[in-house]
Amino acid sequence: MTTTASAGLDRRRAVAALLDLLPEALVVTGLGSPTYDVYAAGTRPTHFYLWGAMGGAVPVGLGLALAQPDRSVLVVTGDGEQLMGIGALASVAACAPANLTIVVLDNGHFGETGMQASHTSLGTDLVAVARGCGIIRTHTITELEQLGDLAAAVQERSATTYARVVVGTEQTLRALPPRDGVANKNSFRAALGLETF
Amino acid sequence: MSNPAVAPAWQESVFRVLKEAGVRQVAYVPDAGHAHAISMAQDDPDIRDVVLTTEEEGVGVVAGAWLGGERAVLLMQSSGVGNCVNMFSLLDSGRFPFLTIVTMRGEYAEFNPWQGPMGRATQGALELMGIIVMRVEEPNDVEETINAAADAVFLAGERVAVLLGQKLIGRKKWEQD
Repeated sequence: MTTTASAGLDRRRAVAALLDLLPEALVVTGLGSPTYDVYAAGTRPTHFYLWGAMGGAVPVGLGLALAQPDRSVLVVTGDGEQLMGIGALASVAACAPANLTIVVLDNGHFGETGMQASHTSLGTDLVAVARGCGIIRTHTITELEQLGDLAAAVQERSATTYARVVVGTEQTLRALPPRDGVANKNSFRAALGLETF
Repeated sequence: MSNPAVAPAWQESVFRVLKEAGVRQVAYVPDAGHAHAISMAQDDPDIRDVVLTTEEEGVGVVAGAWLGGERAVLLMQSSGVGNCVNMFSLLDSGRFPFLTIVTMRGEYAEFNPWQGPMGRATQGALELMGIIVMRVEEPNDVEETINAAADAVFLAGERVAVLLGQKLIGRKKWEQD
C-alpha cells in the first residue's frame, strides 16, 4: 500500500477543534495516533492516555461513564483500535450510558505499523456496525463545521453517541504524552477529587 | 436453569460480600456458578450489571470504573481468563486495583475436553500477568476468601483473582431430565 494522503479531515485540527468545545469532558484515548492527537491538542488532568491494551478504549470509557453519570465521557480512538474491541459496542449499547460518546478517527489504515489498509478501507462501515449493535445516535463527520453539532450532543448527555470522523492519512508531528499510567491514573482521579486508593 | 431462590449458600455469599465491599459495577460473561450474583446485581438499584461480549472488555470496564471513583468486579469462567491476557497489561501499567472471581472448568468431573487446556492454564496465565491468585475449594471458605481479596484490592490496591474450584461448583448435568 502507498502512504499518499487520502481525502479526509486533518486529524490534529479536528481533534483540537472538538476538544476546544468540550473543556469539561473526561477523555479516554485509544493507543497510537489518537493518543498523540489528543495530547497535541493540549493536555488536561482529565485525559487518560492508553499506550497499549488495544481494544480497551471503549470498555474503559464505559466503566468511567457508568461511574460518572453527571460528566460527559469522550472516547477518542482510531479505526484499528476500535476494530480490535468491536464487540464492546454491543456491551455499550446494552448499558446505554447517556453520557458516553465514542469518536473514531477513521483513516482506514493501521497508522502505527506502516499504514496497512484496515477493514474500514476494505468494506467495514463502523457507523453501520455501531447502529447494528444498538447505538442509534450516530454522526459521520467529514467537515470541521459539523463538530459543533457533535460537541452539543456530547454536552447534552441524552443518549450514547457514536461519531466516525473521516480523517486523512497524512503523517503528523510526534506529540507523545507521558507513558506513566500510574501517574496518569492518579492525576485523573485527583481531578475528580478522588484519593489514589 | 439456575434459580436464584435455591442458589447454594456459597453463591449467595459471593454477592453479599461484593455488596458489602461497596462494589457498584458487576461486569460479566455469564457462568452457571455466577448466576445468582448476576441476578442479584441486575435486581439491585445501587449496582450496575454490565454484560460483556468477551471477558477482556471487563478488564477495561473495571479500570474505567476505578478512574471514575467506583469499585467494580469482573465475573467470568476460567476460559475467559485466556481472552484477557494482553488486556491485563492495563492493570499493571496503571496499577489499577482489580478483583475478578473465576469459576473453574476443566479440572473436576469435566465432561467437555475442550475446557481442559484453558482450565489447566488459568492460574498460570493470571500469575504470569502479575495477578495474585487465591483458590477456594470448600463452600465454607468462599465468603472469607472473597472478603480477604476485596480488602487486598480496594484497601491495598492489589490485583487479585479468586478461583472457585470446579468441585465446589458441582457437576454439570449433561443428560436432560
